[in-house]
Amino acid sequence: MSTTGPIKQARKSLLWLGVIFLVSALVLIGGVIGKQTTFAPKLALDLEGGTQMILAPRVAGGAAATQEQLDQAVEIIRQRVDGSGVSEAEITTQSGRNVVVSMPGVPDARTRQLIQASANMEFRPVIIDGAYTATPKDQLTPEAEIPKPTEAPKNASDTNWITPELYKEFEAFDCPSEEGKGADTVHDPAKPMVSCDPSMGAKYILGPVEVPGANIADASATMGRSQQGAVTGQWVVNLVFNDEGKKQFATVTQRLVGMPGVQNQFAIVLDGTVISAPRTNSVIGDGRAEISGNFTEESAKALADQLKFGALPISFEIQSEQQISATLGADQLKSGLIAGLIGLILVGIYSIFQYRLLGIVTIVSLLASGVLTYLALVLLGWSMNYRLSLAGVAGLIVAIGLIADSFIVYFERIRDELRDGRPLASAVEMGWKRAKRTILAAKAVNILAAVVLYVVAVGNVRGFAFTLGLTAIIDIIIVYLFTHPIMQLLAKTKFFGEGHRFSGLDPSLLGVKPLYQGAGKVRSFSPEADVARGKKNASAAKEAERRQTIAERRQSAAQGVDTKHDDSVDKDSSNG
Amino acid sequence: MANLATWGNELYTGKRSYPFVGKRKMWFAIAGLLVILSILVPVVKGGFNLGIDFRGGSEFTVSNVENTDIALGQKAVVSIAAEHHPSVTNIAPKTIRVQTDKLSTDQTLQIAGALAEAYGVTDAEVTSTFVGPTWGADVSKQALIGLIVFVVLVALLMALYFRTWKMSLAAIIGLLTVVVITAGIYSLSGFEVTPSAIIGFLTILSYSLYDTVVVFDKIRENTADFAEQRKRNFEELVNLGINQTLVRSINTSVVAVLPVASILFIGSYLLGAGTLEDLSLALFVGIIVGTLATVFVQAPLYAWLRHNDADVVAHNKKIELARQAA
Repeated sequence: MSTTGPIKQARKSLLWLGVIFLVSALVLIGGVIGKQTTFAPKLALDLEGGTQMILAPRVAGGAAATQEQLDQAVEIIRQRVDGSGVSEAEITTQSGRNVVVSMPGVPDARTRQLIQASANMEFRPVIIDGAYTATPKDQLTPEAEIPKPTEAPKNASDTNWITPELYKEFEAFDCPSEEGKGADTVHDPAKPMVSCDPSMGAKYILGPVEVPGANIADASATMGRSQQGAVTGQWVVNLVFNDEGKKQFATVTQRLVGMPGVQNQFAIVLDGTVISAPRTNSVIGDGRAEISGNFTEESAKALADQLKFGALPISFEIQSEQQISATLGADQLKSGLIAGLIGLILVGIYSIFQYRLLGIVTIVSLLASGVLTYLALVLLGWSMNYRLSLAGVAGLIVAIGLIADSFIVYFERIRDELRDGRPLASAVEMGWKRAKRTILAAKAVNILAAVVLYVVAVGNVRGFAFTLGLTAIIDIIIVYLFTHPIMQLLAKTKFFGEGHRFSGLDPSLLGVKPLYQGAGKVRSFSPEADVARGKKNASAAKEAERRQTIAERRQSAAQGVDTKHDDSVDKDSSNG
Repeated sequence: MANLATWGNELYTGKRSYPFVGKRKMWFAIAGLLVILSILVPVVKGGFNLGIDFRGGSEFTVSNVENTDIALGQKAVVSIAAEHHPSVTNIAPKTIRVQTDKLSTDQTLQIAGALAEAYGVTDAEVTSTFVGPTWGADVSKQALIGLIVFVVLVALLMALYFRTWKMSLAAIIGLLTVVVITAGIYSLSGFEVTPSAIIGFLTILSYSLYDTVVVFDKIRENTADFAEQRKRNFEELVNLGINQTLVRSINTSVVAVLPVASILFIGSYLLGAGTLEDLSLALFVGIIVGTLATVFVQAPLYAWLRHNDADVVAHNKKIELARQAA
């Protein structure tokens, strides 16, 4: 054959596709061997069974929650859920508006309550401290020696807050076993409480609330500076109070700065647990405190974030809660897959019916898209924790039709070119030139729809949008790197090139005089012969002639040109 | 299928031609009538049959049930929440669905337990869904925002690609027709409107425009230099484009509808994939309506939008003169 260009090109494209397949498959196999992932795509809860709650934040005062606040809220919920012993819970924000909590199994009532409650932050002074674990029975303070209040407490740090009951509770309090519990217990802000400090490994009796967390205006982590202004190289947390907090904090520090021992410390309590209990080194009258200690950059930032957002009175309202039985999930997955498979088979049958052996190209292309989609889903599940939901499966099934359409558009264009009398090889190239524009434009609409749906939508719509967008991209890859190169190669084969009856590209069926005229005679195509040959089959030309007005007939007779114009429309536009 | 290929050939050359543009008044009248009917159907029926996600409430699905007596389910619900009137249905073989009005989240969990006991299955076989009263409004609002954002963006995209806003306008008007008619048929079917159905509607937007883009691309190609030829006027060129892509339109819609139909008919009735039937119904209707609308509404509408343009009018006159000069 004269041109080896398309063949070379086709081989190169197929090679690229092979590389894509091979690399993805190797990465996946590596991941499976390394026990990082499995061969099955990760499934969402609706297919796997479990509980999914969609929560809407409710900010006190009706203000909308910002993305930052939501992120922090997610962090708080995650700590609470982890603390309550539920493993593998996944907590994410959705569209910057909702928080989605997914977990296997069914959460108990307390976990559910924990998830919804707002974070509660407060500043309380430390009265006494003790060991992190419960005091052993034999070392308990004898009843007679338990301190008793002698008078009404004068301030929040006063040891007179400690009643015998409180002291007994304090001694019996075992921090390791209490961890994560009690976050939902409401502690009276006007009363003392027992609390643990996991970071220091200590427990305290704390006085009543002196500064509520809501009075924190801002918090940030920075490098500390000495009094001369030189950077000390230590990370510190800067705390800024609002006006009310400024006054309250000035009073507290004034009192605490002169106190001995642990009574010099104030505890920052989040959800009943002390997150930090710094010492008071000076009176802070301007509402700007600096917490220093052995912070790393990470721990300083974490504390600053907790201070900044932990105080926000965000609570959560359950918008929807689904507890899906594993049986139903498996059933749905099975029906989805069976329906998809039947759909695929029907599409295959129809394609063969319509396009003969070209239909097989459709089926193989669909299968290639299927394999690529599978690889993408597993790898995305591994790297981005993407989970396939039922809506996602529906997206995949719908995608079968949308992907197959690219092939149909392409094949129809090739047929159009054949109708113009081109030999197959050049019809494939011309058809492709035109089809790829159409395919790209149409896929752009699909991808746009998927992106808009994904960004805007709530709930399971996102899973659907995701697979729809993913398959649109995979479709483009397959049609460029697989279907077109295969057509280029097939065009060179005798079976297709000569337009076999079952090739789906039989020119006689397409109304063109066959290139192969039997007995070894092959009609040749030359672009110069275009005009003389009339590009049309005889019957169409006759029909067109019949439709001509007398004037047109005279005109064309005069010019010696037959009915050419509807053809030149196509020809012209191919330049543009 | 030799006949379809030959038929396709005749459509391509113009030997055989259907008057999609020529009879546009009739098609527009039919489309208009369908739109009006589609608006009337939900009105007459007293609104859409909103699913639990839009009403708020609780829903339970019990799998692997041997005795599908609905009285068992009713008794179980009433034992926990006496004032409720649950609707219990046997949606698929061995599967019972129970829906109630608004319950608290705690009651929802208790009823899930009671249902498991009543039907003699383990707790793991019961799926419960609790939906708060504002969730549905939230979903609808987001879907509406999605619709508007998508339509605006896609209108811009098409106007840029086709370099004429008239194609964009025709496509969007046709799109609205598709959405309204699909919603009307959906309402007529009595299926519940669920978030999945909303997904379906949003997908129809995408599919319908996708289909239109393919046909418009051919029309654009045919009419690119229409003023330079004397054979066909603008309208005829548009009509030729529709006819030339007719085989593709039919093949594409069949291929797109087959998997959806297999979910709708095989999935829902034989296998009980309850969650997918609403989605697939919306898609099934939408794909068919969307394909028909491209051919009967969007493309003829584009021809009509252009029919008063100076270049089209001038060209029409030339053709007229040439034809009269007989």
